[in-house]
Amino acid sequence: MSQVPPGPWAASAARTDDGSADDGIRRFAAIWSRVIDPYTATSMTRAELEEHLLPLTRRLAAILESVPFDVRPAKDIGRAMVQAHCTDPQVLSQSLTVIDAYLLLYRPPAESLPPEAARGHLARLQHAFAAGFAEALRDRTLAEQEAIAHASLAAQARAERALHASEARFRALFEGAAIGIGISDLEGNILDVNETLARMFGGRVEEFRTRNVNEFMHPDDAPHVWKQYRELIRGERDHYRFEKPYFTHNGSAVWTNLTVSLIRDQNGTPQYQVAMMEDITERKLLTDRLRYQATHDPLTGLGNRALFFERLAEAFDSGDESTRLGLCYLDLDGFKAVNDSLGHEAGDRLLVAVAERFTGCLTGRNQLVARMGGDEFVALVVDPDCPEEVAGLARRFLAALDAPVRIDGRELSVTVSIGLLECTAASMKAAQMVQAADITLYRAKAQGGNRLAVFDAEANAREITRYGLTTRLPAALEEGEFFLEYQPLVALGDGRVMGAEALVRWRHPQQGVLGPDRFVALAEQTGLIVPLGYWVLEQACRQARAWQLELEQGAPRINVNLSVRQARNPGLVNDVARILKETELDASSLHLEITESALIGAEDQALDALRELTDMGIGLALDDFGTGYSNLSYLRRIPVHTLKIDRSFISGLQHPDAPGNPRDEKIVAGLVSLAHTLDLAVTVEGVETELQAERMRALQCETAQGWYFARPGPPDRITALCAAGADRWTGGACA
Amino acid sequence: MERPVWAPHGIDLTRPSVARMYDYYLGGSHNFEVDRAAARTALEVWPDLPMIMRANRAFMRRAVRFAVDSGIKQFLDIGSGIPTFGNVHEVARAAAPDARVVYVDHDPVAIAHSEAIVADDDQTSVLQADLLKPDDIIGSEAVQRLIDGGEPVALMLVALLHFVGDQDSPRDIVARLRDALPPGSCLILTHATNEGYADPADEERDVYKRMGSPLIMRTRQEVLSFFDGFEVVDPGVVFYSQWRPDAADEEDPARYSGYAGFGLKR
Repeated sequence: MSQVPPGPWAASAARTDDGSADDGIRRFAAIWSRVIDPYTATSMTRAELEEHLLPLTRRLAAILESVPFDVRPAKDIGRAMVQAHCTDPQVLSQSLTVIDAYLLLYRPPAESLPPEAARGHLARLQHAFAAGFAEALRDRTLAEQEAIAHASLAAQARAERALHASEARFRALFEGAAIGIGISDLEGNILDVNETLARMFGGRVEEFRTRNVNEFMHPDDAPHVWKQYRELIRGERDHYRFEKPYFTHNGSAVWTNLTVSLIRDQNGTPQYQVAMMEDITERKLLTDRLRYQATHDPLTGLGNRALFFERLAEAFDSGDESTRLGLCYLDLDGFKAVNDSLGHEAGDRLLVAVAERFTGCLTGRNQLVARMGGDEFVALVVDPDCPEEVAGLARRFLAALDAPVRIDGRELSVTVSIGLLECTAASMKAAQMVQAADITLYRAKAQGGNRLAVFDAEANAREITRYGLTTRLPAALEEGEFFLEYQPLVALGDGRVMGAEALVRWRHPQQGVLGPDRFVALAEQTGLIVPLGYWVLEQACRQARAWQLELEQGAPRINVNLSVRQARNPGLVNDVARILKETELDASSLHLEITESALIGAEDQALDALRELTDMGIGLALDDFGTGYSNLSYLRRIPVHTLKIDRSFISGLQHPDAPGNPRDEKIVAGLVSLAHTLDLAVTVEGVETELQAERMRALQCETAQGWYFARPGPPDRITALCAAGADRWTGGACA
Repeated sequence: MERPVWAPHGIDLTRPSVARMYDYYLGGSHNFEVDRAAARTALEVWPDLPMIMRANRAFMRRAVRFAVDSGIKQFLDIGSGIPTFGNVHEVARAAAPDARVVYVDHDPVAIAHSEAIVADDDQTSVLQADLLKPDDIIGSEAVQRLIDGGEPVALMLVALLHFVGDQDSPRDIVARLRDALPPGSCLILTHATNEGYADPADEERDVYKRMGSPLIMRTRQEVLSFFDGFEVVDPGVVFYSQWRPDAADEEDPARYSGYAGFGLKR
């Protein structure tokens, strides 16, 4: 490549030697351009380069022909090469070679010049050409170096300006941000914080620059905040976010929404941490207050139902099924009486005082007492330290009320009933646990209150059955599951069926036929006894009327039990009158049986109602006489017709050979005698043997009732007995 | 970590620059010792580099003229580097005095130098932008001002895409630029390859890789795929010296280790 093309060029040049001088010039330029082209980086094609070299070739030739010989223009031609972007040193070397080999050949010097002189001129021309090239290359190199240095300075200045502007923007952002920003190194040394952050803490910016992140711990820090901090500075995480409290300079707490980010360098190596925090103290306090309100009882300040269930759920959700839980369900005894007699305000103050005493019974952070509502409280013990802990707490609750509570200068004695239950989280569900404790509580209540009942699965099962019956009662009445049976009342004198007592039965779909002992008390408690009682009354009256139509003169009267609630029901008189009217039964055919308890504490109004009923002609019997207080004053105040002597006095007289319990017999005799003195008739219940019937007849009881005569049965049994006549039970005695 | 957008690109003159090394290969002095040292290292393993650069340069000259002959007088030269002698605006202006050129590069020094060169030239402007954000280029003030959106444009991606790895989706970038061009525009493209020639380029690639500008060799098919949506004119995507040469070249064309092509958007 570095060699000048041989032969053909020389031959062709030689051939054109005799032609035009310009032809030689063109040939030289062609060779020159071809030789240097590989070393140029011009924008010219080779043909263009050749055209470019043509005038330069002419000038070279002109120098050789100049008189006097002036070599200086050769320098300009060397310069022109560099200006044409032919800067490679090879261009100089190749150009000198081409000049040396071909210039004299294609432009022979004047004949007058000796060949040695011509070679000398050519050499000097080459020296000048080379000097010009070198000068120009040096100038150009320096100029380009200058240019690129300027360019880099300009670029640097621009970058710095941009950086400065960017830093100024960043600084403004940092200074003016509404959130607190702090930057620290990986050791936690705080490098800078902004005004907002300093204000948040109530300090000055400079004070932070000597402090360390580790100094900012707070007892209420979330459990993982410092763990995540360590992960961050180790480069294991890029950010974390928490609600975190800090102590301000005056010792109060500022709550922040904190985000900490790790800043890495270009290689990913952790460099700094940036903390950004927003002051959420007010929001936090508001949230806390709302939460407190939502989970606490405003009256007593105790946790409320919601808090209790939340803690209970937490204990159940702790994942550890062996977690033991203790529950005390507490209910004040007789609180309603306080409320009713002293007013709600006193009741409320009593509750506050009781709550304080209960709170004083707590001994550990695992214990919680909450108010469920009304006078009901509950205590939860999570993971009791020892088996005795829960029972101990319950006993402290009981003892806490030993001393009376002073309200308005009055000393109030109040007691509490407690249902206690301990179990593991695995053994039952939260709702079951509460229900079980509640049921256990009612056992304590039923046993008289002011006591502790410990959960007993069997007792609870019974209670649940009872509860099941209670809830079923209304539907049972609606769906006609009740029916009546009748037991005859027999005249002891002549054995006639004088009357029939209506007895209610419940045909329970699952449990079969249930007697009144299973459900009447429940109906009393729920109030359902009132509609049930009227239903019974109406059915019985209708039946009595049916007997009258069927049997005419021998029809029995009908005895119907009146419950306590019914007896006190203001609509009693009207309802009874309406039923008699509807069933077309005359009042004298109806006897209402009431118990002594219906009279105890009864208002005058209720006694008036009973008097109105007897005024209408209805008979009144005092049931179960002799078992209660047997307060004879009632006999004075209400127009009772009949005393029914309780079966318990009769059962003692059951052995045909033995004379029986002489005291029972004397009591009965006394009662009969008393009744007769007051002009009352006597009915004895529970007569099961002929002997008993004999004795009662001997005591001159008017009527008797019992299995000896007939068990309760359907109405047609009564019809049959009445039709059969009177002689079947009295035969022996009368004969 | 991603650079935040507000942080300007810094100037680090202790690192070699691709643009200044290119200038050195072409015989220029717009370079520093750090550039020359890197270039010399590359030359040791690949002494043909200056020749390759000149061939690339020669193709560019031929292609610009071809574009002017095709009626295109607007040039968008992305990756223009240091515009030394034989630059696009000189070549184009020689053929069409009213030709307009926008030079785009991301090297701040190259940009500063280009600005100095074209300071008094209202038909040429310089834009610092990144090929990876083609919308920044299309939407730039320089392009909007100088390029007539109704007239065809020559998009020049000369010796540039071999610095863009596939993870940066160079085809999508070219497609985005193509879609912004009016019909009748063209794509002038060259790209390094190691096809058809013993590969001396591993070490060469290492040199660029150490500079943070890894060199990606692509096959002819891969290079052709950049012309998606263009009609590649004869003789197609070929080695530099094979594309419409002015004069016979005895050199093995594969020795230039680069493909060149010219595509027209219909």
